[in-house]
Amino acid sequence: MPNSSKLFKVLVPLTSVLAGLVVGAIVMAIFGYDPFLNYASLFTGALGDANAIGETLRELTPLILTALGFSIASTAGFFNIGGAGQALMGWMASVSFALNFSSLPHWLLLLGSIMAGALAGGIWAGIAGVLKAYLGTSEVITTIMLNYIALYLSSFLVKNFLAQDQSDFSKTIPEGARLRTPFLEHLTQNSTFNYGIIISLIMVIVVYFLIQRTKVGYEYRAVGLNDKAANYAGMNVKKVIISAMVVSGALAGLGGAVEGLGNYENIYVMTSLPDIGFNGMAVSLLASGNPIGIIFSGLLFSILKIGGLSISVVSTTPPEIVDIVIATIIFFVGINYVIKIGLEKLSKKKGEG
Amino acid sequence: MSVITILMTMVSTALIYSAPLIFAALGGTFSERGGIVNVGLEGIMIVGAFSGAVFNLTYGPALGAVTPWIGLLVAGGFGLLFSVLHALATVNFRADHIVSGTVLNMLAPALCVFLTKIFYDGKGQTPVLDQSLSTFTFPILSKIPVVGEIFFTRTSLLAYLGILIGFISWWILIKTKFGLRLRSVGENPQAADTLGINVYLMRYSGVLISGFLGGIGGGIMSQSISLNFSVSTIAGQGFMALAAMIFGKWHPLKVVAAAIFFGISQSLAIIGAYIPVISKIDDVWFQMAPYLITIVVLALFIGKFYAPAADGETYVKSK
Amino acid sequence: MAETMVEMKHITKRFGNFVANDDISLTIKKGEIVALLGENGAGKSTLMSLLSGLKKPSSGEILIKNKVVSLASPRQATQQGIGMVHQHFMLIDDFTVLENIILGDEKTKYGMIDRMGTRKTITDLAEKYHLQLDLDKKVSDISVGMQQRTEIMKTLYRDAEILIFDEPTAALTPQEIESLLVIIKRLASEGKAIFLITHKLSEIKEIADTCIVVRAGKVIGTVKVSETSTYMMAEMMVGRQISFAAEKVPTNQMRTVLELKRLVVQASKAVPSVNDVSFKIATGEILGIAGVDGNGQSELMEAISGLRKVSSGNIMLNDRDITKFKPRKTTQAGISNIPEDRQNVGLILPMSVSDNLILQDYYLSKNQSKGLLNKSKIHRDGQKLMSDFDIRADSILEPVGSLSGGNQQKVIITREISRNPDLLIAANPMRGLDVGAIEYVHKQILKQRENEKAILLVSFELDELLRLSDRIAVIHQGKIMGIVKTGDVTKQELGFMMAGQPIPTH
Repeated sequence: MPNSSKLFKVLVPLTSVLAGLVVGAIVMAIFGYDPFLNYASLFTGALGDANAIGETLRELTPLILTALGFSIASTAGFFNIGGAGQALMGWMASVSFALNFSSLPHWLLLLGSIMAGALAGGIWAGIAGVLKAYLGTSEVITTIMLNYIALYLSSFLVKNFLAQDQSDFSKTIPEGARLRTPFLEHLTQNSTFNYGIIISLIMVIVVYFLIQRTKVGYEYRAVGLNDKAANYAGMNVKKVIISAMVVSGALAGLGGAVEGLGNYENIYVMTSLPDIGFNGMAVSLLASGNPIGIIFSGLLFSILKIGGLSISVVSTTPPEIVDIVIATIIFFVGINYVIKIGLEKLSKKKGEG
Repeated sequence: MSVITILMTMVSTALIYSAPLIFAALGGTFSERGGIVNVGLEGIMIVGAFSGAVFNLTYGPALGAVTPWIGLLVAGGFGLLFSVLHALATVNFRADHIVSGTVLNMLAPALCVFLTKIFYDGKGQTPVLDQSLSTFTFPILSKIPVVGEIFFTRTSLLAYLGILIGFISWWILIKTKFGLRLRSVGENPQAADTLGINVYLMRYSGVLISGFLGGIGGGIMSQSISLNFSVSTIAGQGFMALAAMIFGKWHPLKVVAAAIFFGISQSLAIIGAYIPVISKIDDVWFQMAPYLITIVVLALFIGKFYAPAADGETYVKSK
Repeated sequence: MAETMVEMKHITKRFGNFVANDDISLTIKKGEIVALLGENGAGKSTLMSLLSGLKKPSSGEILIKNKVVSLASPRQATQQGIGMVHQHFMLIDDFTVLENIILGDEKTKYGMIDRMGTRKTITDLAEKYHLQLDLDKKVSDISVGMQQRTEIMKTLYRDAEILIFDEPTAALTPQEIESLLVIIKRLASEGKAIFLITHKLSEIKEIADTCIVVRAGKVIGTVKVSETSTYMMAEMMVGRQISFAAEKVPTNQMRTVLELKRLVVQASKAVPSVNDVSFKIATGEILGIAGVDGNGQSELMEAISGLRKVSSGNIMLNDRDITKFKPRKTTQAGISNIPEDRQNVGLILPMSVSDNLILQDYYLSKNQSKGLLNKSKIHRDGQKLMSDFDIRADSILEPVGSLSGGNQQKVIITREISRNPDLLIAANPMRGLDVGAIEYVHKQILKQRENEKAILLVSFELDELLRLSDRIAVIHQGKIMGIVKTGDVTKQELGFMMAGQPIPTH
């Protein structure tokens, strides 16, 4: 039985992905679109040439970070639904830093901007952490509320401090703070692929070690799985809660920073929250929090997102179909209990037959 | 503008913005009183806004002025249908309530914009509705001096309807057999089960009512405020309704009051420019206020204490 | 001859391979009180849950008033006149007493719940059976005794004729127990048939007519209570001659390890949970704490191990004041703690055996350096402990949650004892364990005593305390009623003190 539970860890997400794609195909078929053609153009659109691959990897970059942020929080037992707000604050802070300290030397400017993003995201999530630790306030609600506060606050700041002449976006950040380089652009036929991916991959390793191999990670896991036992074992539960939330937010903040420094190279007045927040959460849920798994599930979602854009180039299918697929995948991940039961029955039948 | 005109504009704008929140927040109350956390209200409102708009555009020419009212029922119906997903996932399939709610929030805009593009020539938004829910002047009440002009002239009938539904919700939850049973499964489903109460059925009822009322809330948004449907028709109203539900401590009447309070806050961001003192304050503070207030109130005064005891807990019937 | 109310014929209930009830048959008559006696896990509660419709029997039939019935749900059981008073009350804290009583059988008027009419019905019933109830108070605001009366009223309101009481006195104060027994007798005299699940012999002797002894899922015997002694019933229950004699070696009890000086712990309530408690424990000594559940034992343990704030007084460990120590510091000072709630406090069930074994010392330099855990050493140490302490698990990486209760407890004991503490605190360490595991725990505790550790042992089982302790302190409503040497005291005397009566010290 223990072996089969390991197998389920892979089978459940795979089944969910398959189910999501099937539901997407059914929806397309219902409205008269050719699912096979669309899925084909989706994959060529995401992986067909160097530019496409570059865009897909660029899409992946922030997703990994916001997903890791969500994972850290859930390791410690929190549902950080505020990744979007934390990313936005990170984005805001990193771009502000880049614009305000443009005279700094290249590496210092870049590092400072990245750190500013992490710090801002960390503080933003830390608010929810402090409230949870000291007042027991549900982090689900506070992070949702903080999302919208971040949305309005950032647009206020952009309008009043960063934008010029009534426009609703900031100046482009100085070259020294950019994660995009001519080398990578050349390599990927002028895609927006950038060095942010290195930050993301480093963070995958860092988070993996943090959770699995360190004293702090052990405390996160203990508090997340049973805070009473953690308290009994002499852990400072309040400190662990706050620290986990800050780290979680810092990762989401980094996700925002790579959007700001690598992808958009500025910040603008947003009418809705950046979708790297909720998509990152989806990525993490599909990978059931596993940092290595996040690379794969993130890649899948990036392929869907970038490939989705070319669906509407080739056919008239609205690109929103990929968001339907993504939501459906997460629905199946959410009801994994049923999938497990189903798979168990299936394997039993096979065993008998 | 005279003081009374300003007040009338203020009150009616506030009520217009309150109405969707009242319905959605009451919806959330039913769901959570039955023990199912519903962060998917936003998604439910999107489905309501979309289906209301589509109905309105399709049947408006034939049905005329009565269209938006039927549109609200259609919006409620589709909201209810959409919420079945949430009920299925949380009640039968043991999904985490937050994950399932988030799925609703992700699925709704994708699905509705997808369909909008199919129905309306590839455009991301519907045309402007021509049969909107206009303001309403109460026949007799509006004749009352001052008060009649401020509160009952060119105002939102739906907000008053919402308040009425708030009272009915209170009556249902507190006074009736159904209400007692719904609350019992939100507090202690196991105890309810031993008394022969069908926990699953009750929880379904709570979620479906929230789908219906949330859908109506969305229908109000598209048919009286945005007057079309696009991805930005519902921009946080569902979460604001959730906030109102918490601020109102899961009690229908207080929830209505909280929703109106948030409606005022939203309306100040829009009409603040006409009011001398307020015009100097940046809109952003009024936009943020509901969310900020909710955090403060939740942190300082409510904690977990008022939430139904088994809110968010999956109930598994033992064999 | 009174009418036969229930007849269970050849009832068997299996859970997988485990047989909880094995071919059990019994009957109860109108007005009769039948006690079901047995140790934890003997199958009494399972049997009664079949009768109350919570579970379905694997085979056998149940007759109510000589008719075969199917009891597929609690509702059907209720319709057959069966009412269950659960050990863990099935009440809704946020509802009033009245709402709790009527829930599921509400009478309505004009679409609303008819509170007035219902209130009359309940008040009449309450008078008939002498049940004192505050109908408008929320359950969260009433005493445990009244909560139980609410449970009883729930069954009466549904016209129950057969009442099942599952360990009804477990959480009650002695006064509340007395009045409950009076109520039960009254119910029987009004013609109710009553099943009483218990393992308390004195209660059976006091009120039951018949006693059915259950052991390992089988009925061992049915006796008339008036024709038997508590001793005989006890013997039937455990299935062997009980010896109260201690098999303890003498130890060198020369130095005081723990001393409490006028300790007061004020929990949320107005009354202190621990009220002016003083005692000493020496090396090689086991001090037992006797008392009914909820008399301040948990608070006392938590205060000593730093989990709860002390209001006044001092805790001295090896002559060092540790009153203000947080949990981490108390373990560093030399205290080990086997907590009462093994699964929710003592262990992190989804974590591996290995991770659970380092719960108290993961931060020490032997397990980590510069924040990185030394996994290979942790595993090696864990392997050794597993074989030394005979923990049965597939591997060191198996989640603790999938081990048996006994092996889970072994993990805690291993962790706490291997740290070589000066003081070992153990709260009900044998609760819910099977006989083999209990033997193991006893042996380990006595071994610690022989190794000249001080041991503070809390238990609700007097026999256990008498077997293990050197001295016994009896706690009642947070106060120590007296401290006695194990050899100098009888069970009756202890019981007397547990009920709040101080006895003159010998």
